[in-house]
Amino acid sequence: MVMTDATKAGRERPLSPFVSVWRWHITMAASIAHRVTGVALYVAALIAAAWAISLASGPDAYAAFKAVMASPIGLVVMFGLTVSFFYHLANGVRHLVWDTGRGFDIKTANASAVLVIAFALAASIAIWVIAAMTGAI
Amino acid sequence: MSSYRTPLSRARGLGSAKHGVGDWISERVGAIALVPLTLWAVFAVLRLAAGDYGFAVAWITQPLNAVLMALTLVVSFWHMQAGLRVVIEDYVETGFGKTALLVLNLFVCGLAGALAVFSILKVALSGA
Repeated sequence: MVMTDATKAGRERPLSPFVSVWRWHITMAASIAHRVTGVALYVAALIAAAWAISLASGPDAYAAFKAVMASPIGLVVMFGLTVSFFYHLANGVRHLVWDTGRGFDIKTANASAVLVIAFALAASIAIWVIAAMTGAI
Repeated sequence: MSSYRTPLSRARGLGSAKHGVGDWISERVGAIALVPLTLWAVFAVLRLAAGDYGFAVAWITQPLNAVLMALTLVVSFWHMQAGLRVVIEDYVETGFGKTALLVLNLFVCGLAGALAVFSILKVALSGA
């Protein structure tokens, strides 16, 4: 068949992902974001540990910790971690629903991905508004 | 020419290690526990960020706060150890480097978790 030329150099195998017809899907973006935010939250947990250690080390260490967190870089990192947290939380629940065997059809999976992203942004903004109103920032 | 081993003896010892189900369930149970714990922690962070050192000490002296904070940290470190383990297993080529990263991941989570819990207990029990 058409394979005669190809068989000489070893038959061409299909590639995965099939790069020539590839496009982004919201479900794959949601999946990648779950991993990325999970790794980001590794940093959040280390910051939480630093909080506990500085608290146990006395007032000076605690003041230094709070000064770093209240600096512009600290606030930017905290906002990023807030978005990461709410995204990973909501998408984690989405995964738990999947683990029960529900929500796998394409329409539901696309809709739940949009919902998770919208929730992450809305909840992050809400928490920072509350933080500003209660004197946390 | 061909081996005298029976098909059964060749198949023995291959296949699943038989503890995947336990790992899978413990990952899910940890994730479920983290939903209420981390939502509580967000509001704890808001209160702590608004207060000073004295407030934080008084806050962690409350048994409920100390226990929930310690639980949040322990379950979080367990969860992220399991999560980053999967990331390393997926992306790093098998070999010494992969083993070293898996051990490092476990040690970092274990050390940070132990330091955090000990610090919380120290302040909660001694008041400073």
